[in-house]
Amino acid sequence: MKKRVVAVMMAAVTAAGLLAGCGGRGTDSGSGDAQSTEEGKVINIYSWNDEFRTRLEAVYPEVESTSDDGTVTTLKDGTEIHWVINPNQDGVYQQKLDEALMNQADAAADDKIDIFLSETDYVYKYTDAEADVAMPLTDLGIDPDTDLADQYDFTKTTASDREGVQRGSTWQCCPGVLVYRRDIAKDVFGTDDPAAVGEKVKDWDTLKATAEELKAKGYYTFASYADTFRVYSNNMSEPWVADGETTVKIDPLIMDWVENSKEWLDAGYLDKTVKGQFNDDWNKAMGSSSKVFAFLLPPWGIDFTLNPNWDGEAGAWAVTNPPQEYNWGGSYIHAATGTDNPEHVKDIILAMTAEKDTLLKISQDYLDFTNTVSGMEEAAADDAYASDFLGGQNAYEYYAPVAENIEIAPLSAYDLGCVELFQNSFSDYFQGNVDFDKAKENFETAIKERYPDITEVEWPE
Amino acid sequence: MKKKRKSVSYAKWGYIFILPFFICFLIFSLIPLIDTVRYSFFEYYRSGIKEIGPNFVGMQNYISLLGSDMLKYAGNTLILWVIGFVPQIVIALLLANWFTDIRLKIKGKQFFKVVIYLPNLIMASAFAMLFFAMFSTNGPINSILMSLGWISEPVDFLGSVIGTRSLVGLMNFLMWFGNTTIMLMAAIMGISQDVFEACELDGCTSVKRFFYITLPLIRPILAYTLITSIIGGLQMFDVPQILTNGQGNPDRTSMTLIMFLNSHLESRNYGMAGALSVYLFIVSGILCFFVYRMTNGNNDDGYGSKASKRKLKDARKGRR
Amino acid sequence: MKSKKAKHGQTILAYVVLILLSFLCLFFFYILIVNATRSHADLQKGFSAIPGSYFLENLKNVANDGSFPMFKGILNSLIVSTCSAALCTYFSSLTAYGLYAYDFRAKKAAFTFIMAILVMPTQVTAMGFLRLITNMGMYDSLLPLIIPSIAAPAVFYFMYSYLQSSLPLSLVEAARIDGSGEFRTFNRIVLPIMKPAIAVQAIFTFVSSWNNYFVPALVIQSKDKMTVPILIATLRGADYMNFDMGKIYMMITVAIVPIIIVYLLLSKYIIAGVTLGGVKE
Repeated sequence: MKKRVVAVMMAAVTAAGLLAGCGGRGTDSGSGDAQSTEEGKVINIYSWNDEFRTRLEAVYPEVESTSDDGTVTTLKDGTEIHWVINPNQDGVYQQKLDEALMNQADAAADDKIDIFLSETDYVYKYTDAEADVAMPLTDLGIDPDTDLADQYDFTKTTASDREGVQRGSTWQCCPGVLVYRRDIAKDVFGTDDPAAVGEKVKDWDTLKATAEELKAKGYYTFASYADTFRVYSNNMSEPWVADGETTVKIDPLIMDWVENSKEWLDAGYLDKTVKGQFNDDWNKAMGSSSKVFAFLLPPWGIDFTLNPNWDGEAGAWAVTNPPQEYNWGGSYIHAATGTDNPEHVKDIILAMTAEKDTLLKISQDYLDFTNTVSGMEEAAADDAYASDFLGGQNAYEYYAPVAENIEIAPLSAYDLGCVELFQNSFSDYFQGNVDFDKAKENFETAIKERYPDITEVEWPE
Repeated sequence: MKKKRKSVSYAKWGYIFILPFFICFLIFSLIPLIDTVRYSFFEYYRSGIKEIGPNFVGMQNYISLLGSDMLKYAGNTLILWVIGFVPQIVIALLLANWFTDIRLKIKGKQFFKVVIYLPNLIMASAFAMLFFAMFSTNGPINSILMSLGWISEPVDFLGSVIGTRSLVGLMNFLMWFGNTTIMLMAAIMGISQDVFEACELDGCTSVKRFFYITLPLIRPILAYTLITSIIGGLQMFDVPQILTNGQGNPDRTSMTLIMFLNSHLESRNYGMAGALSVYLFIVSGILCFFVYRMTNGNNDDGYGSKASKRKLKDARKGRR
Repeated sequence: MKSKKAKHGQTILAYVVLILLSFLCLFFFYILIVNATRSHADLQKGFSAIPGSYFLENLKNVANDGSFPMFKGILNSLIVSTCSAALCTYFSSLTAYGLYAYDFRAKKAAFTFIMAILVMPTQVTAMGFLRLITNMGMYDSLLPLIIPSIAAPAVFYFMYSYLQSSLPLSLVEAARIDGSGEFRTFNRIVLPIMKPAIAVQAIFTFVSSWNNYFVPALVIQSKDKMTVPILIATLRGADYMNFDMGKIYMMITVAIVPIIIVYLLLSKYIIAGVTLGGVKE
C-alpha cells in the first residue's frame, strides 16, 4: 500500500515538473493555477464513438490541436487527452470499460480513466452509488444546484444515483415529439397546422379516435409497435428492478403498451409488415410511397433518420406535441473515481454541459437539442432555428416544452436488457407466433438468462 | 530386431516435431481452459459493475442448466445444423466429384471452382446484413416473388419459424459448401490417378466409381469434414445471432447453444458459462468419437486408418 | 452407348447446378458492390439492383478519414492473417507428420489428446485467454492474434488425414536410406507432397483470421493496431451524425479485395489439380 502511495506521488511530482516545464510560456491558459500543477498530464476518455470528441474539439476553448488519427487531443496547457474508443458492437465498449474501471485503483496515474461516457439505457450501471465508479459532481467541486441550474431537470435525475447524488452530466437531451406527414394531415383532417394536429394527438384516447379517422382514409398512424414503446416506458413510476431487489416488476404502463399495441395492430392502425425499428421496412415506411402518418422521434431521429429516408420534397413533414412527453437517447459524461486530473475533468464537464453559449453552438453546428433551458427557449423563439425539412417550422417550439415536462422513469442497472428483451418477447405475441402467456414466459426465461441475479418476474394484475 | 531399434532411435524426432504444438497449446489454450472448468463449480458473475463471487457451489451450475432451456436450444442447434449441413455435404460431394472427374468435360470448370468459395470470404456479419435486407418484408425477394405472381402478399420470412430456420440454413450452406468442396477435392486429388485409370479400364460408370473408389478412399477426409462440421454446428453462432439480433426469434426457436453461452458471457456469468462449456465439450466429444469410429471402421489402434490404405493397395493390386 | 447418354445427362445436370450455385455466390458480391456505390441516403431507402454513382465518393470518405486508419488496418490484417496462415499450416503439418511417421510411446496419448481438444468451443476460453495475455504483457499487440495459431487442432487433423491418404511411409524410409536428415526429409519431401492440403488450409486460416472480430476486439486497444473487422465495427458504431452505410459497405468491399487476391494466388493449387508426384511409384 505504502509503495503505491509513493509511486503515485513520484508520478505526480514528475508530472508536475513536466507541466511546469511546458506551462512556463503559456501561463494564461489556466495552467498557472496552483491546483492544476498536481494534475496528471494525460486525460483518458473512454467512449464508443467520436461524438463527444468532435463536439469538444469544436467548442472547448482549451483545445490546441488534435492528431490526425483523432486519438490524441492536446490542450493549450500541454495536457493530452487520449481518446480510447471501442466499438459498441457485441458489448465490447462496456466490457473494456468495466475491465479498466475495475483495475482503476492499480493503474498508473497516466493510465487511469479520467472521463467515460455512458448512454441513458445503461447509465445507472455506472452511477450506482455502491459501484462508485463515477464521482459525485460535488466531489469535483461542481454544485449541480447552481452550476447546472440551467440544465433540464430530467437529465440531472438520469445521471443521479438512487440517493439523488448527481454523478454525471450531459450536453444533449432528446425530447421526443410527434412528427407527421403534412400531405396526409391535409387529406384526413383538412389542415396541416401543427397546433391543430397537436390537438388530434394530445393524449392516447384522442389519438385512438384520430387513428380510426386515418384508417378510414387508408393510412397507418404509426409504422410499428416499437415506435410507441419508449413513450410508455419513459413514464413508468417504478424502476424495472428496485434497488437491492432481484425481482423484475413489470409496470402497468408496460402492459398497457402490450394491450394497446396488440389492439392497434389488429385494428390496422399500425403497419403489420414493419417489425421493430432501424430495419429496411421501417426505413421504407419513412418514404414517400408509405402510408404511415407519423413517427415518434427525438431531434436526432428527425435529422439523421427521417430526413435521409425521405425521398420527396423538403417541407413535407411537421412536428407537434407527442401524446405523452418522453426522452429517447442521450450520452452522459462521468468523472471516473480515482482520476488524477480532477481539475481538468471539472473544467471539461462544466464547459461542455453548463455553458449556454457553448451549448447553443453545439445546437447550431451539430443539430443536438442541448441541455440549456434558457438557451432552448431562445432557440424556440429564434427563426434561425427553423428547419427547411419541416417546411420552415421551428421545431424547438415543440422540443423545448417537451423537454421541460419529461419525467424520466426511475432507472435501474437492468434497463437495457429489460427494454430489449421485453420488446422482443412480445413482438412474437403481436405477430401471432405465440400466445400471451408464452410471451410472458419467454420474457422471464430471457431476462433470467441475461441477468443471473434476477430470480423472479412480477406481472401486474 | 534391427528394424525395431531403428524405429526407437527415431522416436525422439516424433517428440520434437509435436513439441511446438503442445507448448503453444498448453500456454494459450490449456490455462484458460482450466480456468473455465474451475469456474464452472463457482457462482461467479457480474451484476452491473459489481463482481459477485466466486463462491464455490459444487454442481449447482450443472444442475440448474439441466433445468433451463438448454435442451431446447440443443434441439434448435441440431435442426439448424441439419438444414444447412445435409445440402452442403451432398452438393460438396457432387461438385468435388465433378471437378475431379477428368472425363466430365465442363467448360469454365476453373471459373466454377473459384466462385464456389467466394461467399466464405465475406464476413458473416456483412453477409447477414445483406440477407436481412434481401428478405425483409418489403424487400426485393418479396417484390420479385410478388411480381412473378407466386405469392399474393409479402412473406414474413424472419417472422416465421420455418422461414428463419431456412434462412439460417441457407446462409450456412452458402458460406460453407465451397469450403467443404475444396477440402473434398483436395482429398480426391490425393488419390493416385492410377486407381482411376484402372477403374476406367475396367469400364465402371461414374456412379460406381464414386461409390466404390472415391468415397472409401477419401474416408479420412470425409470423417474430418463430418467432425469439423459437427463441431462447427454445435458452435453455430454468428449467423443466427446476427440474423435474429441475438434473440433467436421467433419464440426462441433459432437460439443455439453458443448463443445461449454468449448471453451468459455477456453478463460475465463465468460460472454458468463454464458449466455450459463443459456440457458442450462432453457432447461434442461423444459425437466425434462415434463419427470417428464409424468412418474409420473397426480399427483397434484408434488413430491410423489402415482400412483406407488397404483399399488403396487392393485397388493397385487389382490393376496389376 | 447407354453410358454415353448418361454422361451427356450428367454434363447438363452439372451445368445447371453449377450455374445456379455460381449465380447465388456471385449475386451477393454484386449486391455488396452495388451497395458500395450508393450513398447513405440511397441505402436507407432500401434495396436496388442498379449501381449508384457514389463509388468514388464513398471510397474517398473511407480512405481520407484521418481518424479511420484504413490502410493501416488492412496492413495489420495482412500481417496477422499471413503469419497465422504460415505458422498454422507449417506447424500443423509438422505435428501431423510427427505423429504419423514416428512411433513413440506417447503417440497414441498425444493423438487422443489433440482429438479431444478439437471439440473445444473457442468462445469458452476467451475471458481466460484475455487475462493470460494481459498478465504476459501482450495486451494490445498483434502477437496474441498470431502465435496461438501454431496449435490448431482442426488443421492438424486435416493434415493428418491427408498424410494418411497420400504419404506412403516407404517414401520416408527411402529418404532415410539416401541419408536425408529428419527435418530435411520433412521440408524437402513431405511438405511438397502436402502442397494441396497446405494451400487449402492456408486459405481457410487466412480467411478466418482476416474475418475474426471477437478475439481481436478484446485484445487490441490502440487505433494503429486495429484490424479490419474492428474498424468496420467502429464505422457501424459511429454516432448518428457520422453514420454512413455507404462507407460501411465500401469498407467491407475494400476489405474483401486482399483476401480475394490471396485466394486467387493460392487457389491455383486447387484449380490446377496438383497430381501428387511424390506418391507415384
